[in-house]
Amino acid sequence: MSRRIQIANDGDGLSVKARLDTQTIFELSEPGRTGFSLPPESADTDEIVKAALPSEFRRNTPPALPEVSELTVMRHFTHLSGRTMGVETTFYPLGSCTMKYNPKINEYGAWLPGFTNLHPDQPTETMQGLLEAYWQVQEILGKLTGLPAVSLQPAAGAHGEFTALLMTKAYFADRGETARTQVIIPDTAHGTNPASAHRVGLEPVEIKSNERGRIDVEALRKVVGPKTACLMVTNPNTIGLFEDNLREAAELVHQAGGLVYIDGANFNAIVGRVRPADFGGDMMHINLHKTFSIPHGGGGPGAGPIVVRDFLRPYLPRPTVVRQNGDAAAPFAFHNDPKSIGKIRSYFGNVAHVVRAYAYLRQLGEEGLRAVSDYAVLNANYLLALLAGHYDIPYGNRCMHEFVINATKQKNQGAKAVDIAKKLIDYGFHPPTTYFPLIVPEALMIEPTETENKEMLELFAATMIDIAQKAETDAAQIVDSPRTTPVQRMDELGAARNPVVTA
Amino acid sequence: MSNPYIQTTPEQLSEMLAKIGAASIDEIFNDQIPADLQYKSSFEIPEALSELELQAHLAELAARNRVAAPGSGFVSFMGGGIYDHFVPSAIMQVAGRQEYVTGYTPYQPEASQGLLQAFFEYQTMISRLYDMPVANASLYDGASAVGEAVFMALGIKTERDRILLSQTIHPDYRSLVATYMAHFGVKVETVSHEDGVTPTAALEKAIGDDVAAVVVQHPNYFGCLEDVQKIGEIAHKSDALFIVIADPNSLGVLAPPGSYDADIAVGEGQPLGLNPYAGGETVGIFTCKKDFMRRVPGRLVGLTKDKSDRRGFVLTLQTREQHIRRAKATSNICTNHAHNALRSTIYMSLMGPNGMARVARACLRNTNKLKNLVEQRKPEAVAFKQPVYKEFVVRTKSPAADVQREMLDRGFLAGTPLSLRTNAEFGEDLLLISATEKRTDNEMEQFVNALEEFL
Repeated sequence: MSRRIQIANDGDGLSVKARLDTQTIFELSEPGRTGFSLPPESADTDEIVKAALPSEFRRNTPPALPEVSELTVMRHFTHLSGRTMGVETTFYPLGSCTMKYNPKINEYGAWLPGFTNLHPDQPTETMQGLLEAYWQVQEILGKLTGLPAVSLQPAAGAHGEFTALLMTKAYFADRGETARTQVIIPDTAHGTNPASAHRVGLEPVEIKSNERGRIDVEALRKVVGPKTACLMVTNPNTIGLFEDNLREAAELVHQAGGLVYIDGANFNAIVGRVRPADFGGDMMHINLHKTFSIPHGGGGPGAGPIVVRDFLRPYLPRPTVVRQNGDAAAPFAFHNDPKSIGKIRSYFGNVAHVVRAYAYLRQLGEEGLRAVSDYAVLNANYLLALLAGHYDIPYGNRCMHEFVINATKQKNQGAKAVDIAKKLIDYGFHPPTTYFPLIVPEALMIEPTETENKEMLELFAATMIDIAQKAETDAAQIVDSPRTTPVQRMDELGAARNPVVTA
Repeated sequence: MSNPYIQTTPEQLSEMLAKIGAASIDEIFNDQIPADLQYKSSFEIPEALSELELQAHLAELAARNRVAAPGSGFVSFMGGGIYDHFVPSAIMQVAGRQEYVTGYTPYQPEASQGLLQAFFEYQTMISRLYDMPVANASLYDGASAVGEAVFMALGIKTERDRILLSQTIHPDYRSLVATYMAHFGVKVETVSHEDGVTPTAALEKAIGDDVAAVVVQHPNYFGCLEDVQKIGEIAHKSDALFIVIADPNSLGVLAPPGSYDADIAVGEGQPLGLNPYAGGETVGIFTCKKDFMRRVPGRLVGLTKDKSDRRGFVLTLQTREQHIRRAKATSNICTNHAHNALRSTIYMSLMGPNGMARVARACLRNTNKLKNLVEQRKPEAVAFKQPVYKEFVVRTKSPAADVQREMLDRGFLAGTPLSLRTNAEFGEDLLLISATEKRTDNEMEQFVNALEEFL
């Protein structure tokens, strides 16, 4: 049953580690072994299956899944986890991703059987506890942003962007303004912004940032007009700077009849201090897995709720959670607006994440949330101050929650941004984001978050400074990294040229 | 400190501010943000609770939900896309390791070989289960997987602008496709069901050389088996793509999409060891033929070697993706449902081919046993005369939503009123009932005893 991958492995295989290092679960398979425990099959199973299932519908060959014991499964996946870095392993300054500590009270709430065992088609009176958490999170996110109409359904940030842009189209279609086909996006934007615009059939129009790393209002003025559906801006932006002329930019867009979309990926820098509605935002998505401490899961699930102004409320995806008749004592219910854009996900969203976010919001309250942005910004500025002079940090000596290094100097010495990132792994750190944003060459984007302590920031800075010094004297040893990891630099080109995506 | 996760002491704060050259945190903000944009009033959100208080509050909130679980007094016969399946204890134990829970997308392969290998194993298992050569590393859920499949089909069949959806597809999935396609000038047409399945004659009439894809679900939303062989032939005769939505749990016993020539096969992965969680613990399964690999949405993990020739794994074909290709990407997806995919990988590893078959046979057996019990008491109550897999539809005397509520008092979550997600498209008196491998003969007996008066 097991299919073996024929790829050379190193080592003589004479250790448990070597064995676990070099085998996929398929290679651990032994026919007849099982990892499950089910009741004995009822005596009438064969008879009923035969009668109920015409032969043309039957599977002839069983799927070649591994045949392994529970212990083998546990060892295998425990071993794999050891070859992966988490936030509790080490400092994880992956810029733009907000890899902060994920409080365990969130998990306590999320795993309560009263939540995990709910079925989505139960009558609403049997899920009032969940609906209350939904309603509360909607209310709180609305208040924190000044954008009171909320949908918790989008499954990720990009899904939130996509949803809000669909609403934009529906809104303009309703008004007969179908000529509004353009989304204006600064060149610092995440790749999801133009991809989401394209995905809803809108045309992304890129504008260059000014020399201060912010929106160039004059460049905006040249492209804004009757074709503008919306301006899509991340604030603070991906350089880690507050878009201080966004209000002026938003006014231009509003005067031209367009809307302003805020990519809330960096909301953690301003939560509790600034309401995005106040700098002109009409719509925004929030990454619960960034600002609101939801664990990233190795790449998801995330959650990308959207918050919008009241005039856009009818277009929110189906359903939203409301209090019946708006009565504060009434039960919670689902609401489907006739103007809704429809479903963008099955059921109600990534429900466990709503419970986690609720726990987080309730634990921190207003002051605790303000401390999130206070200390995220403090930590980033402290790290920036420690690294200034050793690395080229464009756009000034202050930042919001993250900053971007330009490692061109090190590149010229022989160590590119990617080499510095790989060298950091040898020191036990997770690397920063590399080569993003695109407007900074050899970019290293560093986001420490509020949950790291001063000692760790100093250790990281000392390591970075050490690497900068090595780049000056002996760049070759940086290029040769990482050396302490289970594998060294991977042949990514070969993987893409001749893709093997299954065993 | 109002935020227990911040470690900075007041002394450290002073030292840090001194190094930064700022008198206060406020000064740093004032440096960046115009004063009149800063919000100084109260946000009027609920007051902070300590963890001690919050545990009690969350437990109380959860207790206000009524769920089907041993000891709860409720037995679930709910299905319709989310099912009450057995979840082995080992999954939570090992998937809960912090490296899996707290890390992010494995952009740095040297630091993330464990995750990358797990996703490679996921892709392999899904590929083998569906008998399709390519599987991606997950999408959000079954519904968005259908949406992505339709997008991909339109990208392949660029001259065509019609999509045919069977009415027997999960209503949320159909609604999502309509939403996704709303402003694209694409005609999304529904082929009405006849007796619970997609009528092939009607499909033959509807199809034409302007149809990019035919989409069916098998087993369908009503639990009925579709004539996928014939439907695929009809699609291919017009050179349209054949997209199949298949429950991965059913493939322990049902012929896989690859065996009847599906071009793209997708599904909802919740039955693979994930909790029902109000439909919120999902993973979108996405598979396709090899020719379409470079058009696949989302992450793909590929096998490769390092410079010392050691086997390893990387995210591959990244030029399809938004962070490289931006507007020209095959999809806007970035964060996917990696952790849920990991959990389902552990599930499939534990179950193996034999466990998958055992569970599937038990679902088929229990559901058909339940259907037989209903037919013995009320021969006319079963709505559709079709072979069924894991659920079936009964006709109720009063509105099915009322029956669902009445059955609560009798200790049962009785099933999904079809009116709930379909705007009464199928009327008010149809109830969708599922019996998974978890149901016992005794529970089914008692359930039919209680339900009989409403049929």
